Amino acid sequence: MNYVSRPVRKKDAMALVTGKPVYTNDLAPKDCLIVKLLRSPYANAWVEEIRTDNASRVEGIAAVFTYKDVPQNRFTLAGQTYPELSPYDRLIMDPHLRYVGDTVAIVAGETEDAVDKALKRIKVKYRVEEPVLDMHKAKDGPILVHPEDNWEAKVPVGADNRRNLCASAVEESGDVDKILSECAYTVDQTYHTKANQQTMMETFRTYCYMDYFGRLNVVSSTQIPFHVRRILGTALDIPSSKVRVIKPRIGGGFGAKQTSISEIYPAFVTWKTGRPSKILFSRYESQISGSPRHEMEIRVRAGADENGIVRALDVYTLSNGGAYGEHGPTTVGLSGHKAIALYRHTEAYRFAYDVVYTNVQSAGAYRGYGATQGIYAVESAVNELAHKMGMDPVKIRELNMPVQGGPLPAYDGVCKTAASCTMDQCMERAKEMMNWDEKYPCRDMGNGKVRGVGVAMAMQGSSIAGIDVGGASVKLNEDGSYTLGLGCADMGTGCDTILAQMAADCLETPLDNIVVFGVDTDISPYDSGSYASATTYATGTAVVNACRELREKICSLGALMLESDPANVDFDGEYVYAGENKVSLRDIAVRGTCGNTQELQVTQTYSSPISPPPFMVGMAEVEIDKETGSAKVVDYVAVVDCGTPINPNLVRVQAEGGIAQGIGMALYEDIQYSKKGVIRNNSFMQYKIPTRLDIGDICVEIKGSYEPSGPFGAKSVGELVIDTPCPAITEAIYNATGVRVRELPATAEKIAMGMLKNRLEK
Amino acid sequence: MNLSFWLNGKLCNDEVEPGMMLLELLRTKGCYSVKCGCETSNCGLCTVLMDDRPVLSCSVPALRAEGKKIVTMEGMQKEAEEFGSFLADEGAEQCGFCNPGFIMNIFAMERELTDPTEEEIQEYLAGNLCRCSGFVGQTRSIRKYLAYKESQKKEGIRE
Repeated sequence: MNYVSRPVRKKDAMALVTGKPVYTNDLAPKDCLIVKLLRSPYANAWVEEIRTDNASRVEGIAAVFTYKDVPQNRFTLAGQTYPELSPYDRLIMDPHLRYVGDTVAIVAGETEDAVDKALKRIKVKYRVEEPVLDMHKAKDGPILVHPEDNWEAKVPVGADNRRNLCASAVEESGDVDKILSECAYTVDQTYHTKANQQTMMETFRTYCYMDYFGRLNVVSSTQIPFHVRRILGTALDIPSSKVRVIKPRIGGGFGAKQTSISEIYPAFVTWKTGRPSKILFSRYESQISGSPRHEMEIRVRAGADENGIVRALDVYTLSNGGAYGEHGPTTVGLSGHKAIALYRHTEAYRFAYDVVYTNVQSAGAYRGYGATQGIYAVESAVNELAHKMGMDPVKIRELNMPVQGGPLPAYDGVCKTAASCTMDQCMERAKEMMNWDEKYPCRDMGNGKVRGVGVAMAMQGSSIAGIDVGGASVKLNEDGSYTLGLGCADMGTGCDTILAQMAADCLETPLDNIVVFGVDTDISPYDSGSYASATTYATGTAVVNACRELREKICSLGALMLESDPANVDFDGEYVYAGENKVSLRDIAVRGTCGNTQELQVTQTYSSPISPPPFMVGMAEVEIDKETGSAKVVDYVAVVDCGTPINPNLVRVQAEGGIAQGIGMALYEDIQYSKKGVIRNNSFMQYKIPTRLDIGDICVEIKGSYEPSGPFGAKSVGELVIDTPCPAITEAIYNATGVRVRELPATAEKIAMGMLKNRLEK
Repeated sequence: MNLSFWLNGKLCNDEVEPGMMLLELLRTKGCYSVKCGCETSNCGLCTVLMDDRPVLSCSVPALRAEGKKIVTMEGMQKEAEEFGSFLADEGAEQCGFCNPGFIMNIFAMERELTDPTEEEIQEYLAGNLCRCSGFVGQTRSIRKYLAYKESQKKEGIRE
């Protein structure tokens, strides 16, 4: 293999590092109408009266729309395969406003100044009602977030709008209570993770224009071009055939752009006015009306026998969906399935959950997608269990971790066992890298600082089993080059490149001979999109299959030219051989354009019946100031089993980036609300993401396995890597200070107060 | 109001509204490398050079550029390619959206600091946020780039 497993440069790298105009707003026509939104100042209110005449009269204003102007079909903005598990609970605009930031009016005008002026001239009379802001009070509470009659759950997920329930279920295997009662050691604790923003550097943005066929063209920074096409059809009440979605380069997504946050507004404006339009969310808007991680509170009961074998896990998750249900019913599942499966001896488990509506910003998809929250809770509980029995937290994991060929209890990826797993090697190597045995549990640095170490394991999936669809189309061009058409969305991760690496090896051709194209819903093969850690695994398999079939077609045409039987020819990427005779790829390609009746193009679609999990171990060394409680990650080591790393550089950067994001979640990031439901952290001033001064050393290694069902043996990596920092860092803090932080983020205040409390109790 | 300034080596004369920020002016003049990532001067995406010093163009009124030399990445393509190849070889460019501002600040750092320590580098670039890379790949590329520049200098002396 010339390219797979090699750290080749991303195909778009040089365009990005030289600042070429490749992103949505760089490409938008200069005569676009500027679209902005009037947003609700109240968390729960009704528009009683709205007057837009004065706004419309502002010079340069092209249109002002309110709830009176929009179709009445409810829909979800979640980018999921139809029928979506997320409830149909949205309108483009609704007289019922459900969070501070909900859309009251859409204004489109020729200049930003005109639009700003018009926004101020809209007169609204609100009927303000009491909001439900506390997720504990939502279920069966008196305030309904979605009292409307046309609310609909397309799929039975235990949702009930009359109970503020977006989803609810109980899954059980074995008698948990009985086994827990038999366990020598048990832990029963509740862990609370907060809503976090993805804060991709490029905020939500979209531009639209009409083409000469009268179709709506949508150019958007999205992870889900094909879902956006469907969502816009439903939302605008037009046939989806009228919608074409194009994805240019994307400035980061992390799941935020797996929800169609910005598209509906300019789409509606352009469809109504016929004029090109664009919307650029400010950072403020992205903070208050984005698609953050679900806040979750997770109670874990864990039990182990006297030898440290974890026998039972009981997990209950309360998830805060916010005002709308995007990704609510699905994220919650991972909080149990991906966490319980880390303990292979589990004889009985129960996983129950409620996802509730509240009057805060609607949550959505964020890298890790519920697994991050669940793994924080279960890994923390197991750490507590280890301390209870006086066992090294590494040891308890060595006894219980997933092993190749071993079971995955509660796992929803349809794999009963782990076909590929090097978790044991990951742990062994991480221990060496961290120098665990010397550093555990802590070292007093003698300068008022103490350093503790902590460990956690994690797993994720690789595509949604039986649902996600990867598509690839590969064709031989006249000049002997290939075009690889993709429907998945490279959001900076490098999937365009790694899929081209696979194609280059399958076709035995230089990487530069592969042109990558994506995404245009008119041209690209269908692909469910870039989420659920699906691209490398599912789309990768489609690429491999498409290339294999194209080789057969090349051989077939080559055989015809050589007057031989296709069964008797070979292809080495440059020539097709029939015994002594040969014909070049270039000549076959030219032949393909002249008097030819055999297409030199193949499209393949792939969907995997299973979702093989990637695995990893993360270890943190955290330094705590004993006076102030401030915690700093000094060292983070991680060892990853992603199957075959198609591009080791990109695997490593994914891991480093995911860990840094996880450090932010563990130590700093927290979306907070005032008593009236106004977000306090509405800019980078108040919402602190890690800078380069905050992350310490991150050291990543790969212990590859070979996943038999994956392309070249690959699994996934993108989401997995955000799952270990929260439990590993809070465990390190515990080992350093004796303070167990069960509500993220682990701020200096919580740690200092915890240390004080411990001192007073002594 | 009339504004005259040097943009990437060329003298420009523009009619500018008093409230216009340099970032907006630069983008209307086709410098699309200059990105906006926040409204609070926190992210560093809009960094450009003003008389060789790095400024956040989102927070500089365009009229402040009067008589000044403004350089964006459009005016430093060769240099961007040179450093960028080190970043690309780490795979640390990722989504790329923060790259231009980050790289412009590296050029500013090169002019300001001689032989900076790792700590100095991290401090100088602390205002350049990146959500994809976790920064460590960026640091690797800077280290390799500076070593390369150093070796080039030495070769130059030998010649």
